[in-house]
Amino acid sequence: MTASTAAQPTNGTPENFTPPHPSLHTNRVLPGFKMSLGFTIAYVSLIVLIPLAALAARPWEHGWDGFWSVVTDGRVLASLRLSFVTAAAAATLNLFVGLIIAWVLTRYKFPGVNILDAFVDLPFALPTAVAGIALCTLYATNGWVGSLLAPLGIKVAYTPLGIFVALVFVGLPFVVRSVQPVLADFDAEVEEAALTLGASPWQTAIRVILPGLAPALLTGFSLAMARAVGEYGSVIFIAGNMPYVSEITPQLIIIKLQEYDYAGAASVGMIMLLCSLVILAIINALQIWLFKRGRA
Amino acid sequence: MRARPAEAPKTPAAVGLSLVAVFWLALIILLPLVTVLVEASKEGAAPFLAAVTEPDTIAAIQLTLLVAAIAVPLNAVFGIAAAWCITRFEFKGKGLLLTIIDLPFTISPVIAGLVWMLLFGAQGWFGAWLRLNDIHIVFALPGLVLATVLVTLPFVARELIPLMNDQGTDEEVAARTLGARGWDIFFRITLPNIKWALVYGVLLCTARAMGEFGAVSVVSGHIRGQTNTLPLQIEILYNQYEAVAAFACASILAGLAIVTLILKSVLEWRFADELAANRRH
Repeated sequence: MTASTAAQPTNGTPENFTPPHPSLHTNRVLPGFKMSLGFTIAYVSLIVLIPLAALAARPWEHGWDGFWSVVTDGRVLASLRLSFVTAAAAATLNLFVGLIIAWVLTRYKFPGVNILDAFVDLPFALPTAVAGIALCTLYATNGWVGSLLAPLGIKVAYTPLGIFVALVFVGLPFVVRSVQPVLADFDAEVEEAALTLGASPWQTAIRVILPGLAPALLTGFSLAMARAVGEYGSVIFIAGNMPYVSEITPQLIIIKLQEYDYAGAASVGMIMLLCSLVILAIINALQIWLFKRGRA
Repeated sequence: MRARPAEAPKTPAAVGLSLVAVFWLALIILLPLVTVLVEASKEGAAPFLAAVTEPDTIAAIQLTLLVAAIAVPLNAVFGIAAAWCITRFEFKGKGLLLTIIDLPFTISPVIAGLVWMLLFGAQGWFGAWLRLNDIHIVFALPGLVLATVLVTLPFVARELIPLMNDQGTDEEVAARTLGARGWDIFFRITLPNIKWALVYGVLLCTARAMGEFGAVSVVSGHIRGQTNTLPLQIEILYNQYEAVAAFACASILAGLAIVTLILKSVLEWRFADELAANRRH
């Protein structure tokens, strides 16, 4: 869905995988259609669809009222607000910084730039629990960064700010990697034309290049946001997990499971998933609109 | 169309932007990694070695490897099958299938664990039946594998689908016309064409499978020496204020992450044309 549309916004909608030779496909010259499709459908059914059906079915154990009373509970609402607001804030910061980093990595050559480029992917490769304890140690009041901020009265670890920091770490590569290929392919002639016609480098960047990057930026934002909303491992160590203050929604789901409140856990899980899907759908629609406007 | 070549930053703005990028990557990305390595080696080699050779840690490492060894091949086979039917044939509902394959990237890891509890947990759909027949799924190896398979399901498929779509079917159709059989076509034409993308997808899938925390945390039950994977072992040690031991275990996984990044960069540099045209994560 968004994730797939996303990474190649300039190539149209990847949902329509137009085959190079439609006639051959309809004739089914190649073997293995039934076997591969059958296996694929069986596999996604067992691993994705049936488990998600269990998630969708469970919240109604105590009827609509049971579901409603769970998801409108103050503690649940506070956790949802925290999860979505910090995720949006982190994705927004990553949008700006990620754009700068993608720009520098594609436009400039200096010693070590390739190593920097490779390290952008570290949050993808580093297990979240490892990132979690490292960030917690780093931003605690006696940590390397935390001890610099403490005299300024800024407490990071065990506060919502700590959650924000962890989500910035987790989300950064999504924006950089979405923007980078588009920036690398940006037609130099368009840029040179703008410069020759008297635009300043800043005007060229903001009025010529930035609009071309908008769909990719939105992709990066939505991927970073989707990841951040559900993030667990890198957040729980630094969050503090105080109900109403620094307790993220995934943490609340785990607490409900530990209390054997399966229906409650499923209710919270479902509302969180639905909120993410709605946000992704809105961003996706915005992207299609941008894409159409860009072509018109 | 030609892209603008990279050049050394000359203008003040270029230098400024470069400094911002370097500073931010150092602060946000590199510093946590350095922290892991420093904290792990803070008290010298002896406590580090003691921590990583402790029986519970060894058991956790073995379990992590076992789970990955089951989950990754399953998702590799799935990725090949899914890419074959999606890129080689036309059928209704292809868009929906692609959406479903991407879904695990949108689901929180905690939900990816929760769904298995709802199916196989004590109060899950099949909980009573499983208890009656003395079959253990959650709080045991099968649950860990299922949670890992769900979380890492898209990795191989998403590397192969765009690549095989770009490559088209000319070579395979030619082989078919000349009388080649199905598996011969696959092993002699398709597989050699996609092998590096497959390796790339398997690499990302393995890294995620070994590092997965949220989903396995829900289904593990945290039985030391039995159902703790390495990431879960790190959590337990850290929460018991055994920071050196926790960071010692963390440094193993951090080392794995660095190896993954190096292999990934080598693959991207050496086989750029044979990987998906548009790299995605």
